[in-house]
Parts: sequence; C-alpha cells; structure tokens
Amino acid sequence: MPEYAVQLNHVSKHFGSVVAVNDVWLSICDGEFFSLLGPSGCGKTTTLRLIAGFELPSKGDIYIGDRLQGETPAYHRPVNTVFQNYALFPHMTVFQNVAFGLEMRRVSTEEIQHSVREALELVRLPGIENRKPDQLSGGQQQRVALARALVNQPKVLLLDEPLGALDLKLRKAMQLELKALQHRVGITFVYVTHDQEEALTMSDRIAVMNNGRVLQIGTPEDIYDRPINRFVADFIGETNFLPGQVKAGRGGDAVVLVDGVLPIHVTGDRGVGMNDEVTIAIRPEKISVSVEPTDSRAVPGVVEEVVYTGTDTRYLVRLTDQTIATVRQQNVGVRATVSFPIGTQVYLHWQPETARLLTA
Amino acid sequence: MATQPRSRRESWRLMFLIFPSLFWLLVFFLIPLVIVFAISFGQRGTYGGVVWDLTLENYARFFDPLYLRIFGRTVMIALTTTVICLLTGYPLAYFIATRPPRWRNGLILLLMIPFWTNFLVRTYAWLLLLRDAGLINTFWTGGLHNVLVWVAAAVPLPIWDPLLQATSVHLPLFGTSGAIIVGLVYAWLPDMVLPCYAAIERLDYSLVEAAQDLYANRFKSFTRVILPLTMPGVVAGSVLVFIPSLGAYVTPDLLGGAKSVMIGNVVYAQFMSARDHPFGAAISFVLMTVMLIGTLIYFRAGRE
Repeated sequence: MPEYAVQLNHVSKHFGSVVAVNDVWLSICDGEFFSLLGPSGCGKTTTLRLIAGFELPSKGDIYIGDRLQGETPAYHRPVNTVFQNYALFPHMTVFQNVAFGLEMRRVSTEEIQHSVREALELVRLPGIENRKPDQLSGGQQQRVALARALVNQPKVLLLDEPLGALDLKLRKAMQLELKALQHRVGITFVYVTHDQEEALTMSDRIAVMNNGRVLQIGTPEDIYDRPINRFVADFIGETNFLPGQVKAGRGGDAVVLVDGVLPIHVTGDRGVGMNDEVTIAIRPEKISVSVEPTDSRAVPGVVEEVVYTGTDTRYLVRLTDQTIATVRQQNVGVRATVSFPIGTQVYLHWQPETARLLTA
Repeated sequence: MATQPRSRRESWRLMFLIFPSLFWLLVFFLIPLVIVFAISFGQRGTYGGVVWDLTLENYARFFDPLYLRIFGRTVMIALTTTVICLLTGYPLAYFIATRPPRWRNGLILLLMIPFWTNFLVRTYAWLLLLRDAGLINTFWTGGLHNVLVWVAAAVPLPIWDPLLQATSVHLPLFGTSGAIIVGLVYAWLPDMVLPCYAAIERLDYSLVEAAQDLYANRFKSFTRVILPLTMPGVVAGSVLVFIPSLGAYVTPDLLGGAKSVMIGNVVYAQFMSARDHPFGAAISFVLMTVMLIGTLIYFRAGRE
C-alpha cells in the first residue's frame, strides 16, 4: 500500500445552504506535486483550507499522514500554507517572518538563525533578513512566504494560487523554480490554481474540480489526452466539440453521425450503444489539413478564417454540418504565404484514437 | 512621482474653504488661550479680577502638596479609567468587528445610542444608582438585608452574622474615586471601542490564519499578530479616553463628593468661587502641558 500524505474521505463542506465542497475523495501520495484545478468558486481553495485546518469539514474525514485530523486546530497540523496574498506579517522583518513558526515551536535561537539562513538561500534570497515586507517586490515577497513555510519542514506544503499576483514572465520562471524546489526538498505540494497551463506544467497529478466536486484525477497527460467529460475537455486547453449520434460500431470503434449528415470515425475506450447521443472532442493540434482527401475517413470543409500567431497558424474550417472546427498547424518551415487561403476546400483528418468520445 | 506645484489660484480657493474653521479656531480658541496664558502670570485682585503682573507664583503654588495630591489622584483615576476602558472595550470591539458585515453597523449603532442622551442626565442616572439612598443601597440594606434576617431566623447559623452586619449599613459607593471611575468608564467607553473597532476591522484576517498556520495558538496569534497590528487603534482610543478623563469636571462633581476632588474641580473652584483666575489659569496650563507630553510619549511608544 502506498504511503499517503493526505487523504480526504467523502469530505463535504457547507456554508449555510451553499455546498462549497461536495463529497470529495482524494488520496495524495507522499512527495507528490498535486494540483487542485478548477474555475473560481469550484471549491478548490475551500478544499485546501480544510486540509490546513482553517475550516472543519461538515462531513467526512481528513487524514494527514496516517493521522485522522478531526477538529485538530490549524496550529497543531503538520502542514504549512503559502497564501494567495502571501500574508507576510507587515510589522516584522523578513527574518522574524521566517523565524515565526520555529519560534512558536520553541526551537533554540542558534538553530533558528541557521535554519532561517538556509531557507532564504533555498529560495535564493540571501541577505535580506532585516528588510520589512513592504520593501520587497511581489516576487521577493512570494519567495519569503515560501521560505517561511518551508523552514518548518512540513509534511505537506499547501499553496493557494501563489503565483496569481505575479506578471507572466516571472510566473513562468517561478513555475519551473517551484517544481525544481519541490524535487529538492521532497515535500508533498498541494497546489491550488485556476490556470490549466500552470497545473499541466508543474503537477505530477491533477484533480479537476467544478461545483464542489472532483471530476477527474490523473496525470497531466491523462487529463489532457483523455478527459472524461465535456467540462474537463473544455477547461483544459482548447477543444472542438462535435455533437452527434452513434450510427455504427465494432468493438471500441464507432462511427458517429454529426448533425445527421457527417460521419466521423472515432476510437472510444468505453462502450457506446447504437443511437447514443455523444460528443466528439478533438484537440485543434491533432488535426491535419490537406487539399486532397488522404483516406475515406477525411472530413471535408471550407476554410473560413486564417489566424497567424507566430508559432502556428489557426484555421477555422466550416464543416458540412455547418459547425466550425479549429485546426492548429505548426509553422515548421519558412513560408511567406498562408498555405490554405480563405475559401479553400480542404480535408481534415486525425488518428481516430486522438478523438475522444464523450457521453457527458 | 513629484506632486504638481499647486497653482496660485487653486491655493486661494483652498484658503477660502478652510477660512471659516481657521477663523473660528483663531478667535475662539487661540486668542483666548493666549489670554489665559497671560492671566496665569498675573495676580488675584483683592476683590477678584486680575492684576496683570509677571510672576511665577501661581505655578509655584501648584506644587503645594495639597494640589499635587489632587493631581496625583486625578492621574490615577484617568489611568484606571483608560485601562478599564481598554480591557472591556477591546474585546467588545473585537467581537463587533468579527461579526458578519450586515450585523456590524447595527451593533455600532447600539453602542452609540447612550450618546443620544445628555451627558449630565447620564451621569445623574449613576448618582441615583450609587448614592446612599440609591437603588443599589436600597436593595443592599432593604431587600437583601430582610431576606438575610428571614433566613437567619429560619436557619440559625453563625455564618449569617457578618453578612447581617454588612447589609445593615450602606455600601460606601457614592463620593469615592470608584464612583468617579464608574462614571468615566461609562461615559468614554465608546471612544475606546470605535478606534479599536476600526483597527480590528481593517486587519487582514489571513495574517491571523498565517500565524495559526505557523503553530501560534489563539493566545500567541493575539499577542504576536493581532495586537501589534491593531495598536494604532489602541493608542488612539486610549488618548481619546485618557484626556477627557484627566480634565473631567462634571463626573467628579456629581459622583465624587468632597473627598474625591479631581483637578478639573480645582480649576472650576478657582474661577467660580475662589475668584483666583491667575491660579486657575496656571493649573489649566500645567494640565495641558502634562496631557501634551503624555500623549506624545504614548504615540511614540505606540509606533514602536
């Protein structure tokens, strides 16, 4: 049996009549970088606060390590939090901020000196011990908040959208740094974000949440390539949705008639029955375009719009059933002109297994 | 970014707006203050009035043990009032500030309601409660004493004797420093609660959570985070309570009686009955200086 750092068993949290977290079941492995991903109001931050002990569950059990937390107050839990707004104590210096947790646990003065210096070196901010938080940039405050949590060597580090307030470039740099840091310290990270790209970049596993429920848990590849429903497929990355009806099928293969006119071949990993209403989800970059049909499965369409974005070119193609499909072609070679101008009759094709058959 | 130099026209417009209050302060505050200051160096005329002079005699008189004792008592009463207001007002402010937002204004309103009654009437109400024939003593020597007599008759035990003896005489409530402090706390408590409330309400609660996340229990998160960060409110509230308490006149006059005179009563007596305006003026200035120095020290300490 694997070692779990955090387990939530059927945890729910109600605020009055609002259900913020609804029957959540999670097992987070030791040393894992685990993300809670979802739109705002999906319950991800409440889930984090339940683990931290700032909220107590209305129903269900929370384990940290092998210990049931029950009503254990936040200050007795072996976890530390990096807050969204950093929550550095404004009346204390950086040193006092980082030393706070150790001081509360009555660690000796020499050890505090040593550990604080080490923690600040870990986040690459040595020598700023005597500054006040308002004398630091956003990025520096973020690192101090990280050092203040990590210095306690918690069993689990909880991070609540810690990069949300940083600008894009710094955010990208911090993503890689956080990931590297997590490898180095080997502490379990539970990371809350609404940024799907951030979650995909950093996580070992992701739990996608919506309306207080966990919809899917898996590796970034699982979540991106094999979304289990329309919400997950839509929330993570860009997806074309083609609604239709199953018309023929053999084993996992199926032919779906989109809008009654357009037959499309897909490979499903779940059985579907004849005449089931389904949705085909296909990522824009999995589709290729050509002027001639490559095989019988190619889907015809007309180029409606061409958008050049530097690294790639996006085509909006109107299919025969009048739905618009987005196609992304990487700009590999050096080419001055667009290969398929507006109005061109084209054929779209993709590997049947790259399309997902969604029943919900 | 440097601030734009204000145009001449704009500064005239500003002058125009602040002129009424400036004028008011000059004519009715600053000039009278200068006159009082000048009087404090004069001498009392034989039939009252002021004989203009340049003597420090009035200031020297203040250091007479009689007045120093009164002044010392005044400072003690004002300090005690401030401490009691702080110890009761801060928790109240904390309670109100941590209610749901829709409750807060209502609770603040409840706190303000006593203010709608005249100050004199409110102080008088305490007189009716505290005096020898007041409500508390009527109960003490009447109702409670009679019940004890009845109980002692039914169950004769020696333990009743001291209680019977105690309830046979009035409690010495009226005319004490305690009575003054009760009146002052009652009068100035909202002045402590409001600035504390404002400071606590502004406090970013995630800082308290951060402290608890870093193993600080409730007591530690209070002493290390909440209290230091709401100190400006505590300082402002304390000054707002201490200063009027130090200069109190009506409250000690009504509730203090002859034995518990405060310095405000002395000033009053010098102006109204002793007709020694120069001495009254000198006491006023000593009082003002003490308040000013005390406030400055307190503000500085609060900042650190």
